[in-house]
Amino acid sequence: MAATEAALNQVPQLKQRTLMRDAMRSFFKNRLATAGLVVILIFIFMAIFADLIAPTPYYKSVLSESLQFPSWRHLLGTDAVGRDFLSRLIYGARTSLTVGFSVEAIAFAIGLPLGALAGLRGGWVDFIVVRFLEVFTAFPSFLFPIFIMSILGNGLSNVILAIGITSWIDVCRLTRGQLIALREREFVVAARSYGSDDWRVIVRHLLPHALPPLIIMLALGIPTAIFAEAGLSFLGVGINDPIPSWGKMVAESIGYIRVYWYLGIFPTLTIALAMLGFNFVGDGLRDALDPTMYND
Amino acid sequence: MVRYILGRIGGLLFAFLVVSIITFSLMHAVPGGPFDEFKQPLPPAAKANILRKYGLDKPVWQQYLLYMWHAAHFDFGIPFSSPTETVISLIARVWQPTLQLAAVVILLSYSMGFLLGTVAAIKHNTWIDQVVTAFATLGFAVPNFVVAVWLILIFSVTLHWLPTGGWGTPRQFILPTIVYALPPMALVARYTRVNMLESLRADYIRTARAKGLTEPVIIGRHVLKNALIPLITVLGPQIPNIATGSIFIEAAFRIPGLGRYYVTATFTRDYPMIMATILLAAFLWGFTFLITDLLYTVIDPRVRLTGGRN
Repeated sequence: MAATEAALNQVPQLKQRTLMRDAMRSFFKNRLATAGLVVILIFIFMAIFADLIAPTPYYKSVLSESLQFPSWRHLLGTDAVGRDFLSRLIYGARTSLTVGFSVEAIAFAIGLPLGALAGLRGGWVDFIVVRFLEVFTAFPSFLFPIFIMSILGNGLSNVILAIGITSWIDVCRLTRGQLIALREREFVVAARSYGSDDWRVIVRHLLPHALPPLIIMLALGIPTAIFAEAGLSFLGVGINDPIPSWGKMVAESIGYIRVYWYLGIFPTLTIALAMLGFNFVGDGLRDALDPTMYND
Repeated sequence: MVRYILGRIGGLLFAFLVVSIITFSLMHAVPGGPFDEFKQPLPPAAKANILRKYGLDKPVWQQYLLYMWHAAHFDFGIPFSSPTETVISLIARVWQPTLQLAAVVILLSYSMGFLLGTVAAIKHNTWIDQVVTAFATLGFAVPNFVVAVWLILIFSVTLHWLPTGGWGTPRQFILPTIVYALPPMALVARYTRVNMLESLRADYIRTARAKGLTEPVIIGRHVLKNALIPLITVLGPQIPNIATGSIFIEAAFRIPGLGRYYVTATFTRDYPMIMATILLAAFLWGFTFLITDLLYTVIDPRVRLTGGRN
């Protein structure tokens, strides 16, 4: 007996395979997704430690050094009022990511419980939530946030509010659809039949199954919000000066584009890099988490 | 079927009504108004006169009901910023550049996107497929005002081939069209490719091959037809977005279109213009959605419409 037990212990323990572990492995095998994750982590690092990395504060303006070509003193040049461009791009990451994460926080805080309630309760609760969805989808996608901004005035929290107001719709619709599809499935009926209460059914059986598409939605929702912020700031109805925003920097550069062409290059590349990073991660997660889709 | 359509129209009207109420009350919720003293210093009597003329002296709910009553008779009022014409004639005028742009963009992006997606699916896992997929990801992810700056830098500033902006000559038309067409083109290419791939793997395609049909017949008659159907739900709702949503393009290329006028209207609190533009966009959106759903049943007989909507 003792010998067999010892032999059994010799056998290397097989790691338990779970969806999340499989997804992790397939995600990191995807080179684009991994690269995207690295880009995002760099931007998050920039946003958190901007005070330490940036060569000058974002508001420091030296008028005698305005509109300079990139040099050793100002690695990416300076803007129209002589602020270091690199510093403003680094602080801009803070603005973009704050908007991206806050808007998604709003979207999930409203959309998740509302969608779950509608999907599980059905009946008149569902009817009201669906009407809500219909009404909020009818608000034109960019016209309405611009209108809201004209009422609230420029500023970071107002931008988050203006974008967040309609951001929860997709989360709510997805959650509701997922739960409606899941609640009649055999494993849920089985769980109920052996006496699981509502809470246990939701936490142990429904949420784990509904989670993967919601994670993908979160990953793709952040760049959408970043895009919206950059867009509003580009139009001049977003972030207030002197707080830097990538979109505002692009708008400012267009006015000088014939002469000071280099001003247009860095903020556009930064936006593109951030958007691609988040989108690659989102696509990678979709491929990794969706077991019905096999990649060829 | 009739019951379904009536239900849908009712739902749309309700959404439309709520949008109009919320927009109207938000507009009036902020203190101040379009004729504030710091903008136009007027004697009190003259100001009262103007307010009475535009009905701004009445309570907000009365103004709203009055507005909707007139709107139901296709009278959307007079824009405060251009009092010599009506909102309808102003929108008709400024929507023209946007619509010209949108028409070309829709044609270009849908045909090119469809072509690229089809080629990528047929040449699956070759370098052609990879180039198309990379292009589609770029066009989809990178905001169009960013691409606008890149193209201006390349074609206007460096090569001096095309102007940096403005509107009126054919040469000024090229860059905004390309930039505006990229995202929908990428979207169409992406969806076409996925649907084609799925359709290529279907059993009826294996049957077609087994029957000995030639490749062009298989692709043209069997794959394309089935791959097209799911595209309608994606492509339909894009059309009103393209027709009303070129705000960034118009700002980047200084085009005097609907989007630019709308942004100015929100700055100057031009109530009739803001209301009309938002209602127009909401209406186009709802209308297209309804048409898309109906079209779906015509093309795919398996889809049956019922009273509820999920």
